[in-house]
Amino acid sequence: MKHTVVILGLVAMLSACGSSVKLDKVPVEDRSGSTSGSGNGANGANGADGSGVAKSNVASVDLSKSAQDGAPQGTARVVYFDYDSFVIKPEFQSLIEANAKYIRADKARKVVIEGHTDERGGREYNLALGQKRSEAVRKALVLAGVADGQLEAVSFGKEKPAVQGSTEAAMEKNRRAEISYR
Amino acid sequence: MKKILTICFLFVLQTSAWAQFRVEVSGVGLTQIPIAIASFRGEDAAPQKIASLVQADLERSGQFRAIDTSGSNLDETSRPDISSWRQKSADALLAGSVSRLADGRFDVRMQLWDVVRGQALGGQSKAVVAADLRLAAHEIADYVYEKLTGDKGVFSTRIAYVTKRGQSFNLWVADADGESAQSALASTEPIISPAWSPTGRQLAYVSFEARKPTIYVHEVATGKRRLVANFKGSNSAPAWSPDGKTLALTLSRDGGSQLNLLDLSNAGSEPRRIAQSSSIDTEPVFTADGRHIYFVSDRGGSPQIYRVAVSGGNPERVTFSGSYNISPTLSPDGRWMAYISRVNGAFKLHVMELATGNASAITDTNADERPSFSPNSKMLIYATQQQGKEALMTSTLDGKIKARLAGQNGDIREPNWGPFQK
Repeated sequence: MKHTVVILGLVAMLSACGSSVKLDKVPVEDRSGSTSGSGNGANGANGADGSGVAKSNVASVDLSKSAQDGAPQGTARVVYFDYDSFVIKPEFQSLIEANAKYIRADKARKVVIEGHTDERGGREYNLALGQKRSEAVRKALVLAGVADGQLEAVSFGKEKPAVQGSTEAAMEKNRRAEISYR
Repeated sequence: MKKILTICFLFVLQTSAWAQFRVEVSGVGLTQIPIAIASFRGEDAAPQKIASLVQADLERSGQFRAIDTSGSNLDETSRPDISSWRQKSADALLAGSVSRLADGRFDVRMQLWDVVRGQALGGQSKAVVAADLRLAAHEIADYVYEKLTGDKGVFSTRIAYVTKRGQSFNLWVADADGESAQSALASTEPIISPAWSPTGRQLAYVSFEARKPTIYVHEVATGKRRLVANFKGSNSAPAWSPDGKTLALTLSRDGGSQLNLLDLSNAGSEPRRIAQSSSIDTEPVFTADGRHIYFVSDRGGSPQIYRVAVSGGNPERVTFSGSYNISPTLSPDGRWMAYISRVNGAFKLHVMELATGNASAITDTNADERPSFSPNSKMLIYATQQQGKEALMTSTLDGKIKARLAGQNGDIREPNWGPFQK
């Protein structure tokens, strides 16, 4: 039995050396327009990751304070939503106005709005829900005078939680749309 | 009553950390075919124990029960004493041999007997390289399964799934028993929704490597990748048409998540919108004849599953009970739809018989996700959580026989069962 384990293990190791693709080494054929910039995840949203942390722990991440190239200084960039809601609450109207003013000032600036959900439910359906949130923010910015062509609304669904954990406090921080100045 | 049959050992090795599916049998009164599988002559000197691989495959299907064969000394040329196997209540007997050829390959031979009728059912022989001995064992299991149940076996098929360890994401391709996993893609950004092409040579999936969801088609054998959907907004939920020429997908370029059809044979062609609405439409899946698409929409106020003709027309609603029904998948034989339904806050895998609309939950877990059928329509694979950890499960359609593939150092998710090997 022991011999079998060793032999099988070796076979498994050898076969695991197959044709794994590293993303930076593969020629990619792009048939549908330009790829967006290769900004490599220097986003404060990842700061709360890490194993060995108690499940109930909530690390506070304030994205409005994280450095992002081209982002307006001293202006919050994250809109939080109620459960199952896409309505921008009145308390975030000043955030929308401040970002709109900043984007309007530079017509060449491109801004991406990233929608996110909490962890409950399916991945693809959450992607669509996050899209509703990012588009709510996009529409609010347009109403505040920003040219639609400067904006792109995308979604990460539940794939990029700002805060790990399943507590209501964590999920509140994850139901959000971030205005991203990449 | 829940009994855990540990039919294999788990390797603790970096490279094969995901190991095999372990079978969990629940429920009683199952009809299982008793089969005696003798050790293959010469397999101690071969890199793989053929008989135990075949036995593990057959047991995982839930349709077989292994009879003790210790002390037997048989191969494919034997004239077994049928009456003694009948006394041990075996309905079938399998024996064979493995021998090394001069060119280094292995000659694998087998013979199957019907013990009840006392007659030979047939045999096979093949010469394979050492790396294909596992595949040879899975093909023997397929042969036995088909001879004894009348349905094609799925043991030589492959599955794809995604693991997450820290901020490392990997897309894996593995044998249907969870073994021989090979990484097809490594990324620091999430990967979701892998979907096998009908030929089993390509995977379509959603990658977030460009800091937004875009869709790739990836040739598994070569690693060659093609970015097929990178339109403004989100690109997600790829699904193959049965002829492999069209990809159904969800795009938000016109505002809102909407279904589109993309002609893969015509590079640069414009996607065509279907089932247009002002609500969320996503998670498309083609029927086996390619004429209809099942999908999820919240056009009625809550997410429900609908069906629409590819040629157009009004979608008709398919699910009526519950306020959250998502992730439809159709059995290749057209009889069943599996999907996830939220019941009292728990997300549970359901199976619906399409002819009657009768549906039932088949798990006792609370966070089931993303089912897909085995190509013979007899089993499902899906993701779930157990003790706070992500795991992959296979299940018979009645939920009675399940097997679990646990993630050992991280999360394991987004399974998709590939087609029959061609």
